[in-house]
Amino acid sequence: MRNSLSKFGQAIKLPGLSFALAFTLTGFIIAFSDSKVLSKIGSPLEFIKSAGATAGNAYLALFQGSIFDINLTKGHNFFQGFYPLSETIVIATPLILTGLSVALAFKSGLFNIGAQGQFIFGAIGASYVGFHFQLPIVIHVIAAALAGMALASIWGGAVGLLKAKTGAHEVILTIMMNYIAGYFILWILKTSQFLRPGRIDPIAPEVNQSARLPLLAGANLRIHAGIFIALVAALFVWWLLTKTTIGYKFRAVGANGQAAKTAGISVPFVLTATMAICGALAGLGGAVQVLGSEHALNADIAGSFGFDAITVALLGRAQPLGTVFAALLFGALHAGGRTMQSNTGVPLDIVLVTQALIVLFIAAPTFVRFIFKLKKMSSSAGLTSKGWNG
Amino acid sequence: MSEIRSSVEKRRFRGVIVIASLSVLSFMYFGFIRPGKGDTTYGFVLNNEWVLIKEWIIASATGAKIFSGISLIASVSAILAFRKGREIIIPVGFASFGILMSFITWAASGKFIPLTGLLQGALLLAVPLIFGSMSGLICERSGVINIAIEGQLLASAFVSGVVASLTHQALWGLIAAPIAGAAISFLLATFAIKFSVDQVILGFVLNVLVIGLTDFLYKKLLVPYQSTWNTAPTFGKIEVPILSKIPILGPIFFSQTIVVYLMFAIVAAITFALFKTKWGLRTRAIGEHPTAADTVGIDVNKLRFKNVIIAGLIAGVGGAYYTVASVGAFGKEMTAGAGFIALAALIFGKWSPIGAVFAALLFGFADNLQSTLTIIGVSIPSEFMLMVPYIATIIAVTGLVGRVRAPAADGIPYLRGGSH
Amino acid sequence: MSLELRGITKTFGSFTANDEINLRVETGQIHAILGENGAGKSTLMNIVYGLLKADSGEIFVDEKVIDISDPSDALRAGIGMVHQHFMLIPVFTVAENIVLGHEKTGKFGALDIETARSAIREVSKDFGFEVDPDAIVETLPVGIQQKVEIIRALIYEAKVLILDEPTAVLTPQETDELLKTMRELKAKGTSIIFITHKLREVREVADQITIIRRGKVVGAVSPQTSEGELASLMVGRTVDLAPEKHKHKIGEPILVAKDLTVRNALGAAVVKKVNFHVNAGEVLAVAGVQGNGQSELARALINLEDHVEGSILLGGNEIRGKSIYDSLHAGIAFIPESRELDGLVGSFSIAENLILDLHDQTPYAKGITLSAGVVLAEAEKKVKEFDIRLQSVSDAVSTLSGGNKQKVVIARELSRPVKVLVASQPTRGLDVGSIEFVHERVLAERDAGRGVILFSTELDEVMALADRIAVMYRGEILDIVDSNVTREELGLLMAGVASKKASV
Repeated sequence: MRNSLSKFGQAIKLPGLSFALAFTLTGFIIAFSDSKVLSKIGSPLEFIKSAGATAGNAYLALFQGSIFDINLTKGHNFFQGFYPLSETIVIATPLILTGLSVALAFKSGLFNIGAQGQFIFGAIGASYVGFHFQLPIVIHVIAAALAGMALASIWGGAVGLLKAKTGAHEVILTIMMNYIAGYFILWILKTSQFLRPGRIDPIAPEVNQSARLPLLAGANLRIHAGIFIALVAALFVWWLLTKTTIGYKFRAVGANGQAAKTAGISVPFVLTATMAICGALAGLGGAVQVLGSEHALNADIAGSFGFDAITVALLGRAQPLGTVFAALLFGALHAGGRTMQSNTGVPLDIVLVTQALIVLFIAAPTFVRFIFKLKKMSSSAGLTSKGWNG
Repeated sequence: MSEIRSSVEKRRFRGVIVIASLSVLSFMYFGFIRPGKGDTTYGFVLNNEWVLIKEWIIASATGAKIFSGISLIASVSAILAFRKGREIIIPVGFASFGILMSFITWAASGKFIPLTGLLQGALLLAVPLIFGSMSGLICERSGVINIAIEGQLLASAFVSGVVASLTHQALWGLIAAPIAGAAISFLLATFAIKFSVDQVILGFVLNVLVIGLTDFLYKKLLVPYQSTWNTAPTFGKIEVPILSKIPILGPIFFSQTIVVYLMFAIVAAITFALFKTKWGLRTRAIGEHPTAADTVGIDVNKLRFKNVIIAGLIAGVGGAYYTVASVGAFGKEMTAGAGFIALAALIFGKWSPIGAVFAALLFGFADNLQSTLTIIGVSIPSEFMLMVPYIATIIAVTGLVGRVRAPAADGIPYLRGGSH
Repeated sequence: MSLELRGITKTFGSFTANDEINLRVETGQIHAILGENGAGKSTLMNIVYGLLKADSGEIFVDEKVIDISDPSDALRAGIGMVHQHFMLIPVFTVAENIVLGHEKTGKFGALDIETARSAIREVSKDFGFEVDPDAIVETLPVGIQQKVEIIRALIYEAKVLILDEPTAVLTPQETDELLKTMRELKAKGTSIIFITHKLREVREVADQITIIRRGKVVGAVSPQTSEGELASLMVGRTVDLAPEKHKHKIGEPILVAKDLTVRNALGAAVVKKVNFHVNAGEVLAVAGVQGNGQSELARALINLEDHVEGSILLGGNEIRGKSIYDSLHAGIAFIPESRELDGLVGSFSIAENLILDLHDQTPYAKGITLSAGVVLAEAEKKVKEFDIRLQSVSDAVSTLSGGNKQKVVIARELSRPVKVLVASQPTRGLDVGSIEFVHERVLAERDAGRGVILFSTELDEVMALADRIAVMYRGEILDIVDSNVTREELGLLMAGVASKKASV
């Protein structure tokens, strides 16, 4: 009992310290960029009190915006206080899916920066089937999701195929594909097919009721069935990687492509299949976002989901379970960030900084040990990617 | 056609076929099937340089036929060169030029193309790409992958804009810019070299960090207190006496801001240094075979660290371009992926300085062409035009480059004695 | 200049690589350090050269203690080293490589290579070999590359020259040349530390032999000591230097290669129209010095190479041009040259590595699901059968020793129905015990009626195991001879001199 407890403590010590360091640094930035705090720089005690208060308020707002806010229960039932938690989950849902997309790619040795573009095509496909057709209730959702996944799968699989056939590095390819997808959605929202009657801004018609994902906790909370889809997807990825021959091939190529090839595994197949499945996952994220929360395609549908997916996957160490938790954490940061910005005036972009710092410290265990003067335990294999020579 | 042998030959063969087919298509489509109606006017005069020709007016269909004709002849010459086993790059280059000019002549029928302005703008847009690729070049040649070029450019754009605004002097902004780039480099070098963090992931994370910080400070300080923090003065153009008056070449090369002249100097210096000096020899050595360099007494990690910092300084100057050498004010994420295109230029240029510069100029031209055509009003939707630089990048790294060989030890942290 | 090591100890975690090593090299002496793979010789030399730091012990040069923490310290002390794996930058010229680390600069920091060029020409003339200072190193034959390394040490006035396994990549003739060069250097006053595991060479040229086993010095003897005694000291038990060759039945041709040509990425032919066959129940060895096309030929047999022309018939069926998967499953077992790069996935468990080729077949998988229980059970079986020493089949394969890693590769490859075993340098880097295991296994496969194609640069191994020997030189098979050929004749073939004997 004590042994496993100490092992757990050991395992959690480094990530815990990384988090602490990241949040502390973020607190510094919040405090020392505030003009009120800076104006007190003359008297050190006042300065520190003010800095602490500013950072403290910001973090309180972060909590209130992501987990629970007692103020919201006024005039409603107790559960309304959990509106922030529901928001966290709503944001985390597509993040889980895009995070899985990046995580799965890492397992095959690929760095899928293209989740953003794949998400966009998923959203486009789901949106079109959602508003253009009339289908019975469950079938409509499935059809719309599948349409999105198919488009996104092609968008992603193309990268895998190009890499397999030409050796081009997926980092450059996916970044470029993201920009192209970004412009594509701007264009498509202007076409007659996608223009919502009566509006001139780039927004598509709302998806029909039959295509929407049901809400889970009443009309006042936005949490929807998409979270179940996301969790099922995480289960699927776990199953694929650990229990199937396909996942075996993916992992072999990711760990040592040369040896895998020499043993007869087809590397081109793995590259293409991986990117196709990853595309489908990110596309599902886009579909879920449209069918579950936004209900209509707009220019900003992808937000920063594709981008955040990478930090999520890195934090989750490319494991399905870790990715789910990381997505929930970063979802909380985003939800809380919005409240923090509106309540305390701290721009929510600081959340990006926190995210980056967390990932940086998690990826550099030697650094955190160095900062906290810890002794080296067993070697911790960091997450790695492949350079240009593959 | 004799038996196809190697992957190199297969790629050359594909290249020749593609260019020949495009020439034929270009000739048929732009010349006969859907020729432009009206005349295309090419303007050669930009400001007050000496005038050789003022303009060239040609019927769009005729012009397309002429240029496509050139590309057809060049394609034939490429096929002949291929069969003789000779280099195909020059005829392919001419053919590409012909196809491109044919397209422009078609697209701009009935309109005016300021050609000199187009080329001058191309060079200008290529400036951050060139600085970025030079930064990447030094890092990668030393064996460190630098994905954080985007972050370096953005950070230095921010710092130079802010400093110039606070001091009301563009010059201070220019001086502060490299420092910002070097700061990002310092983080990259420390975590990659001292703590052996995976370099691709590290570069990406640094980019996110810079975006987060600059966006945050932009909202917190630059927007509410714009007059103090975000009104940077800009550099004016410096006209080189006499040289700037040469037709076409003058306005492009000798009528630019100080940042561009710095760029010329830096590119020349790097090319010389990398191949002709002790520093260059050692740099290339640690990128190819760091253990061998170690055995002759070179401190591999110290030199890598130093080089990454130098690269950061260079990228920093490139970031200054965005603010003090053009619009003055900083905008959110204003680099828009230039750091990644610079990386693509580096790969396209096969990690050589001249190659990277050439590739960057090509991308800059694609970008400027797209905005020029949009301005003069062309039938293709603007969103697709905006995609052009990115599509060009994809074509470059997949079709035209083939399997490239980065410096052999690129991205691998050096640990003496290997890992035990 | 005399060099002495006293009490040198170096550990890596729980593993002791060097244990209180004492060694003395006198001026103008050729001192051989003999030991099998993994004994600790390279670690010791890396310490002397400054690439590693000893945990304890001292180094004396001319009776004075010196501190070597860096190769530049060693260079300054007059110690030069020619490494087993060359420390040359492949894309640089000879002159650039030699100048590296000791650059002279002119105006504006411009590099001065001219001085180096003339120095190279002078030194190489002194010793009677021709090296072009402007040749790009990766285009030079391996023997010449080694000479470049030696020239470099001499130009920088090494008084003690360490040669780490220098003859591994040389033909017998080139080896003799090298030994001659060593004697000439000795005559000029240079001390030489000669690291090797080859008994014959050591007895030919050494003045003193120190034997290292498992990190400890177990003997300091004269070159008059017999080979048998040296071998026993090296390994710790009596070693049978000439394994028995008993009669076995040879059957019909099982693999036939016709006009097989392999080209590299630039289109140059590295294997030129070779023709050979191997019969069932026979070992065909492909001998030759590293770099004459053997690696490419071996890989081409399972279609691992991209540009192959010609025909490969396995049991009468054409397999050239098929996928690697099909080639392996048509009945070829392949032991790659580098077990770590091409043979095993380091982070996978031993059990997972054992199914790298069969993971999608019954009984290891049902449809697309892996049958984990079966995988583990089968792994345990193979571990017993092949005597693989490990803690658990679920450990990462990277935790195993070199010999055990190779056993995993062999176990995996021989678990399929096999017609032909292609083994590419299978005993490289292995300790004697593992080498013996591999040899036994090769002969067992032969006796079971398979055809074995053994690619090896070790003459002793080739002569001990082969029924017929094909010698490769510059991409061609110069001749295929019977196993009763002499070492001298083989040596000549390996150096490119075709014999008058009729081929079999």
